[in-house]
Formats: sequence, structure tokens, C-alpha cells
Amino acid sequence: MKLSFSAEDERFRTEIAGWLADNLTGEFARLKYRGGPGDEHSFPRERKLWERKLAEGGWTCVGWPEAYGGRGCSIEQQVIFFEEYARAGAPGRVGHIGEGLTGPTLIAFGTEAQKEKYLPGIVSGKELWCQGYSEPGAGSDLAAVKTKARFDEARGKWVINGQKVWTSLAHESDYCFVIARTDPESVAHKGLGFFLIAMDQPGISVRPIEQITGTSEFNEVFFDDAECDATDIVGEPGDGWKVAMGLLGFERGVSTLGQQMQFQNEFDEVVKLARSNGAAEDPVIRQRIAAAHTELKIMRYNAMRMLSGQSGSDGGLQKEALIYKLYWATWHRSLGELAMDVMGPESDILQGAPYELSRLQAMYLFVRADTIYGGTNEIQRNIIAERGLGMPKEPRGSLS
Amino acid sequence: MDFAFTEEQQMIRDTAAAFLAEVSDGAAVRRAMATEQGYDGELWQRICREMYWQAIHAPEAVGGMGLGYVELVALMEQMGRSLLCSPYLSTVAMAGNAVLVAGDDSQRADWLGRICAGEATGALAFSAGGSRWDAACITATWRAEGEGFVLEGDYRYVIDGHTADFLVVASRSADSTGADGISLFVLPADSPGVERQWLPSMDQARKQARVELRDVRVPREALLGEPGKGWPALSRVLDLATIALAAEQVGGCQRLLDMTVEYTGERVQFNRTIASFQAVKHKVADMMLRTEVARSAVYYAACVAQEALEDGPLAGELTEAASVAKSYCSDAYFSVAGDALQLHGGVGCTWEYDVHLFFKRAKSSEHLLGNGATHRERLAALLLDS
Repeated sequence: MKLSFSAEDERFRTEIAGWLADNLTGEFARLKYRGGPGDEHSFPRERKLWERKLAEGGWTCVGWPEAYGGRGCSIEQQVIFFEEYARAGAPGRVGHIGEGLTGPTLIAFGTEAQKEKYLPGIVSGKELWCQGYSEPGAGSDLAAVKTKARFDEARGKWVINGQKVWTSLAHESDYCFVIARTDPESVAHKGLGFFLIAMDQPGISVRPIEQITGTSEFNEVFFDDAECDATDIVGEPGDGWKVAMGLLGFERGVSTLGQQMQFQNEFDEVVKLARSNGAAEDPVIRQRIAAAHTELKIMRYNAMRMLSGQSGSDGGLQKEALIYKLYWATWHRSLGELAMDVMGPESDILQGAPYELSRLQAMYLFVRADTIYGGTNEIQRNIIAERGLGMPKEPRGSLS
Repeated sequence: MDFAFTEEQQMIRDTAAAFLAEVSDGAAVRRAMATEQGYDGELWQRICREMYWQAIHAPEAVGGMGLGYVELVALMEQMGRSLLCSPYLSTVAMAGNAVLVAGDDSQRADWLGRICAGEATGALAFSAGGSRWDAACITATWRAEGEGFVLEGDYRYVIDGHTADFLVVASRSADSTGADGISLFVLPADSPGVERQWLPSMDQARKQARVELRDVRVPREALLGEPGKGWPALSRVLDLATIALAAEQVGGCQRLLDMTVEYTGERVQFNRTIASFQAVKHKVADMMLRTEVARSAVYYAACVAQEALEDGPLAGELTEAASVAKSYCSDAYFSVAGDALQLHGGVGCTWEYDVHLFFKRAKSSEHLLGNGATHRERLAALLLDS
């Protein structure tokens, strides 16, 4: 075990930190600490420009292989990149779906033609992606998707019909990846396809969802005879589940370290507030702040264990990775509660009408979603028990 | 950065696990814990002469293996997993660390040399009793007289204090308070004026003692470090011991988790194993979460402890790392133990099943060297009061 970074990695840290300090200025200065989860609706135009700025500096897709336009950074350097990015308060990435999910999926499962067509737009920060997984009837039970894809021989295209939900930044995106049923008779995870669909077409409409915060970053997306080229299916019809599961694996990557740095920024704000308003003298609040601090510290160590990747020798996800979603989501949710309790009665008073929330207030409300999306806490516990400990699987119900 | 065990560290861990599975099963633990000594002397000699665990992180110059704290922590985890009854924590992580951190070359050669040779066990006496584990818990006194010192006072919670061959004791100068005036001394346990008494404990697998010093006269060479300036060293020693104890807690969590998965997978009610009930699965999933998170905390703290011993760049994090690890592991162990007992149902409340041994250990380890709340308050002070 070794905790320190090499001299070369530390030089890399200086380089990215310096670049951010030089470039997160002028028109971009006001983007600091904005656009993260719960705030993704903010400054879309400016953040798209920022994405291109990053690309010019060579700071998009840092973990991708150089052959696909990435920077080919080691795990350590990716950790450093995400840490420094968040430390600098650089804005939430509008390109994160493409960089973190679409790209790695295409690199792993896509054809050369798909890679050539889509990867450069992601690297340059010019083409944004959104994801079409969940449906009104397919939340925790993702395999229950009903959206259908039918191949129209006459047009030589796939035709998509159905509805997706919780699609963040759909209205800002150029493309959406969608899992849809290619075999209408199929059930559960069989008979699905994974499609790459252009958003700008008559068959797609987007409707924002007003969230608990009063703002909208999630959308419903309706597909009404939407089209997609014959070459824009990843893998074969029927491979959709395999591709989709591979993609979920990419979500637990090194970006978790950057997420933690955002958590650290939020936690620091809670500490600052507690020191200034006297809450820091309350012994119960002191205990809760120390517990939040402790668990955030360990979140980092746990991620370091995940990235050092030792215990997954059986090919399965390592135990420390299996528990990770449940752990961070639950932690973040309690940070929201702690923030309000540190604010005390002021927690109810808004910045202004009609519903202007402070950063901590918005965080408190938005984090309720953390323990729900991407596998609820309850689903996570099933996964831990079944895959981590080999306990019996939940029986499937008989309602269709 | 590489946050994983090296191949050598994995080998040490796996060898320990295999050895302990053989020598420290439930029957062996029950035999040892029923004695006043609390451990099997022959087994301890095997550990010292065949495994060299007692020498793991001592410098080679004094007969040690010259390995690090990560290795020590890997061993402690396995000892916690098998509830090994031995004077390891007291001798190596407490008294041994005190000599290592506070002693000079000659004292190290003498006392650590004897530990490494398997010739002596040690104990660390500092607290007079109560829930505080900072300098305020020290009430015993020292005063200089002639060429040496005179020690006076009472200690509680001295792990293996009644059987140790030597004692490291902390005491303060008359009228001093807080961290001021603290000195550390090392002396043979049979020195005149030393009274020791076993304190029977709920957790029978680890023995506690009361130690009384009545007009105990020690020579100049018994003093570890500067007179009156012993607190910073003792504080480091306690942090190091705390990290070792936290590792033992992780091992206990793992064992309880394993026992519970096995038991719930066998126990049938309503024509199905109880492991198939979601109410059971979710509790067990939480047990695994706490166990893995506790392990991450301990491995990090082990690396920091090693840096502290080497004066590495992260040495300054020792107190924080120890409190992070101990606060999380203490609460995790007790919670996991409570859940394990609950999920064993009625048999969890019997003497026959081993769950109660770990349940009792979880509470005793929670309070030893400071419970979760104590360590969180230490962290809160670092965060909020500076």
C-alpha cells in the first residue's frame, strides 16, 4: 500500500490546477460551483461554451485512449483530474453523459463506423448526449422497458415508439442512447436493442419535469415514430441488455473522486455556516458534523480501494464497489438534513420569491433523489445481499 | 498511489488466517477465556517463535522483522476475526509501541528486544478510570528523588496488566494538569510496590487489570523520553494502539457477517431459508456495508500510522486517521454484532453459540481507547474550534 502520488503525477496535478485557475475566469467565473446535480438547469449556454474550452485545452475525455482522441491518462491522473476539477469549483459538465457513458460504451461495444461518427463530437465538446433508460413503468425494474424499436425495411431505418423519463438535459442534447424492445414478443432483459438516436427530429418531443426544487433538469422524452439509421444500433438486436449493463459498469469509475470533492465543497459550506451561526457549539450538531466528516473521509479511502482493484478476483464487482452507491447516496442525503439543522429556523426562509433556494436548501431537497435514482437503496441492498453475499434472489412476481 | 495489499502483505494475512483457523477456534477461545491469565501460554510461544508476529514492526536492530504497520494491522484484523486470546494488543500495540515511540536506542534494545525474542509481555497503564481517554485520565504521579523517580497512583483498564512481565506507566508531576507534566516509565511488573489485580470482565476473551503503584522507586533508565514532556509521545502511542484496535474490530465485523450469512442460509422457517426474506437480506447488506467501510478506514489509517513511524508526509494526519477509524469501527462493530445476534434469533442469546463472544467484544472494544462519540468530539474540535 502506498498513499502518495508520484512526482510525475504531482506535476500533472500542477498542470491541471494551473489550467483551471487560468481559464475559469472572465465569462466563465460565474460558473464556479454551478451546474452540479440539482443545478443542472443553470447556465446551459455558458456551460456548453465551457465544454468547448475544456476540449481546446485537451481536458475532455482524459481517461479515453489516445487513439480515440482521449488523453490516455492513468487511473491516478484521472483521479487527480477529477479532484482538481471539483476543487477549483469548475462547473458541472454538460458533456458527462457522452464522455462517461456513451464513449466508453462505443469504445467497448461499438463498430469502427460508430466510433468515427460519434467519438470526435464528444471529445470536441460540441455534441451532447442524454440517456434513455428509465420509463414510467420501468424504474427499479429496468428490464421492464416497453419502448419499441421496429426495423422498417422500406425506409431502411429503425422506428422507435415509446416514452422515456428522468432524462437529464434532454432539451440541450444532440443525441440520446435508448434501450428499446426489438422483439415485441420478448419479456424482461431479452429482446432489447441499444440505439443511438438524434434528438433533432419530428418524432421526438421533450417535456420538462418540475422537480421538488421547483426547477427542471429532468425531462420526459416521447418517441413517436422517431427514426434511427440502421447502422446506429450498438451490437445486434437482442444485445441491448448486455450493452446497457456494460455501460452501468462505467458509471462507477474514477469520476467518483470528483463527486466526492463536490461533496467536500458542500460539507465545507455546512462547517463554515455552523462556525458562523453558533451551531458549532451544540454538542449534538458537533457529533453529526464529525460523523459526516468521518464518513466523507472514508468515502475517499473506499474509492481508492475500488480503484486499486484487488478483491474482485472472482470477476465480480469488488465488495467495496458493491456498497458504494448505497453508501454515498445515504451519506449525501444525511448531509442535506444536517445542513438544514445547522441552519435551524433559517432553513425555511428563501432567498426570494417565487421559490429561490440557497445552494444548501436546493441540495437538501435534491439529494432525496440520490437514494432513488441509479438503483434505490432498497435495490442496492438486494444487489449487495445477492451478488456480494450469495443470498437467495428475490422471486419474480406474477403481475404483468 | 496504490491502495491495495502487496503480495507479501496478502501472504502474511492469508498465513495468519490459516494458522488462526487451526489454533483459535471457538473451543480454544472458550478454554483460554476461562482462565485468569486469559490466553494459552504455549500458543503464545508458538506465535512468538514460529510466526514472529510480536516482532512484526519492530526494527531489525532489536531483533524485529522490520516490517510495517500495514502488516501489523493485517494481523490484528485476523486476530479479531478469530477472537484470538493473546497478549498481542497489550504487548505489541500498546507497551511495545510506547517503547518504540518514546524510548531511546538502549531502551528499545532492552524491552523491544525481549518482546521480539518472545521473552516478555508488556502492558500500558495510564487511565485512572472513567470515560476520558485524553491526558486528563492520568492521575498517577511521579517525582524525582535522588538518581531516580518515585511513582504513586492507580490505574484501571490495564489490558493484560495482571500477567504482563513489564509495565509502561504514564504519570504526571504533582499539581500539573492536562497534557503538562506527563512522564512515561518502563519497569518490571514485579518491582516492589506494584500491586496488580485481575478485573473480571464481561468480555472474557480479553483480560483487564487494576494496577496500583505505592512508593515505587525506579532508576533514571526507566524514564522514556524527557521528564514531564511525555504527552505528545503517549498521544501518538494511543493513536497507534487505537488503529490496531480498530483493525481488530474490522475482523470481528467480518466474522459476524460470515456467521450470519451461514446461519440465515441454513435456518428454515415457513418452508424457506430465512436468508430469502428481504427483511433479513437488507439487514445483512447493511452489515456488509459497515464492514467494508470500516475496512477502508482502517487500511488508510494503517498507511498513515506507518508514515507516522517513518515521519512521512502524512504523519500529521495520525490523530485524525485514528479517530476516523475508531469512531466508525466502534459503531460499526457494535451495530453489526447487534444485528448478528438478532438474526441468529433465540440461539443468539445462548452461551453455546459464539455470537455472544463477539457481541461482548464489540462493546468492550467500543469503549476501550475512546468510543465513537469521544473520537467524533476530537474530530469536531479539529474542524470547528481551531
